[in-house]
Amino acid sequence: MDAKRYELNVQLAQMLKGGVIMDVTNVEQAKLAEEAGAVAVMALERVPSDIRKDGGVARMSDPAMIAEIKKAVSIPVMAKARIGHFVEAQLLEALRIDYIDESEVLTPADEECHIDKTKFSIPFVCGARNLGEALRRIGEGAAMIRTKGEAGTGNVVEAVRHMRTMNREIRQLAQMPVEEVTGFAKNNGMPYELALRVKELGRLPVVNFAAGGIATPADAALMMQLGCDGVFVGSGIFKSADPALRARAIVKATAYFNDPQKVLEASIGLGEAMPGLEIGQIPPEQILAKRGW
Amino acid sequence: MSVHLIRHKPDLIGVLDLQGGVHEHLEHLERLGLPYKRVKLAEDFTNLAGLIIPGGESTCLARLLNIFELKDVILQHHRRGMKIWGTCAGAILLADKVLGEKACLGLIDMEIERNGFGSQLDSFKSEAVIGAVSDEPIPLTFIRAPKIIRAGKDVHVLLRIDDYIAAAESDSVLVTIFHPELTGCLALHRYFALKCGLNPATENPSAVHKNWENSSWMKLARIAL
Repeated sequence: MDAKRYELNVQLAQMLKGGVIMDVTNVEQAKLAEEAGAVAVMALERVPSDIRKDGGVARMSDPAMIAEIKKAVSIPVMAKARIGHFVEAQLLEALRIDYIDESEVLTPADEECHIDKTKFSIPFVCGARNLGEALRRIGEGAAMIRTKGEAGTGNVVEAVRHMRTMNREIRQLAQMPVEEVTGFAKNNGMPYELALRVKELGRLPVVNFAAGGIATPADAALMMQLGCDGVFVGSGIFKSADPALRARAIVKATAYFNDPQKVLEASIGLGEAMPGLEIGQIPPEQILAKRGW
Repeated sequence: MSVHLIRHKPDLIGVLDLQGGVHEHLEHLERLGLPYKRVKLAEDFTNLAGLIIPGGESTCLARLLNIFELKDVILQHHRRGMKIWGTCAGAILLADKVLGEKACLGLIDMEIERNGFGSQLDSFKSEAVIGAVSDEPIPLTFIRAPKIIRAGKDVHVLLRIDDYIAAAESDSVLVTIFHPELTGCLALHRYFALKCGLNPATENPSAVHKNWENSSWMKLARIAL
C-alpha cells in the first residue's frame, strides 16, 4: 500500500473512535449489533469463549458467512485472519470487507512472521501487549492497534495490564533524553523511527482500541478512562443473558465513559454477564495473548 | 459593584461528541481561534451558534441520537437559529431522504446514498475548487463516503463531481460528503464559522495549513497520564 492508502486506512480507524466493535457469528447478531449502536462488526464463526472451549485449530471464517453479514449491515465489517496467514488475508481483501484483524484468537499459521501488511490495500488491526509489540505491528503496516486482553474469559485484567504497560512506556519515552531512545528501542524491540514518533506525539501514532475480556459497561468505561480510543467486545455480548440490552449498555458506557451517572444507568438491570474465567486457571499453553510476538 | 446578567449571543461552535472524528474538528476550530466545545448532553447545546456533526459511522450516530434522546434537542436548537454542518456521516444524518432507509434529522432537502462508493478499498483522496469557499483547490478525503444524488430547489450546490453532489448548503445547514477535518485545509471550517456569524482568524489566507499533519488531532487525545 502506498502512503496515501495507508493514511486513508489510519483515518478510517479515526472515524471508529469512541465506538464499540462487536463480534457476531450470523446475520441476526450483526443486525442486533447494528441496531444497538455498534460502530462496526467483527464477523467470525465462533466467539472466542467457544473457540477456547472447543479447542482444535481455529481458522478464518467461511467467506460465505462473512459475505452475508457484509450484505446485511451498513456499518464496516471486519474479519479475522490467522497470525502470519497472508493468504487468508488475501481472501478477505478479495472479499472487499473493510478491515482485517490479524488475530491471536485464531490458531497462528506462522510462529516466526506476522503478515507483511504493507503488501495490502486493505487496513489491518493487530493486538499488542506493550509498546514494543504495537510498534512492531505498525512497522509491518498495521493501521490500528488493540490490546491483547485474554479473549473469551470475560476477565478484563489482561487488557488493563496491556494498556497500563503501553501508557507507562509512552510516558518513559516522552520524558527521556533523545540519546536514550536508541537503547530503549533496542531493549523493547521497537523500530527506532517509530519510537521517536511516539516520543514526539505522547501516544501511539494510530488509533488504539481495548480488546479482550470486556464484559460489562464498567469494563468498557474503565478501558476508555485508561486512554483507549474505543472498544472491541467479543464474547461479552452474545454470551450474556440479554445481548440486545447489554450491547446498548456497553455502547452507552463507551460514549459517556467519563460520566459515572450515565455508566451507572447503563449498568442497571442487565441480567447475567458472560461467565468469567480466572487467568491463573487457564493452562499456560492455552493463553492466547502469547500467540504472536 | 453591581452585577448585570447579560444574556450572551450564542458564540460557540460545538462538535457532537458521541462517536467519530471529534478531535479532528476541534483541532481545526482551535487553529482558527474559534471558541469551541464538545457536546454530548442536552444542556451542552445552549450557547451554540453552530454545531458540527462529525464523520463517524452514520448508522451508529443515528442510533445514538435516538437512544440518548438528543434528536429533538438538536431540532429545537436548529429552530432557534443554530447552524449545523455535517461531514460524511453528519451529512447522512441531516438529509431528509436517505436511499432505502429512514431519514434521521431531515433538515436539508436532498437525497443521499449511504456508502455510495463501496467499501474501505474504494476510499480515496482528490481535490477540487469550491468557488464559494476559496479560490484555492481544496483537498478532499472520501472515506466510505455517501453520495448526494439529488438536491432540492432551495439547496445551493457548492460542489458537483461526475454524477453526484459533494457539498451543498441551505440557509441553516451545510453538508460535505468528504472530510475537511482530515486534511490541513481550514477553508470549510472558516466558511462554516462565517455562516454562524462568528469571526475566524484571518491569518493564513492559503487554504491549506502548513503545520497540519494527520496526527495533529492527537494533541487533544493524549494517553491518560
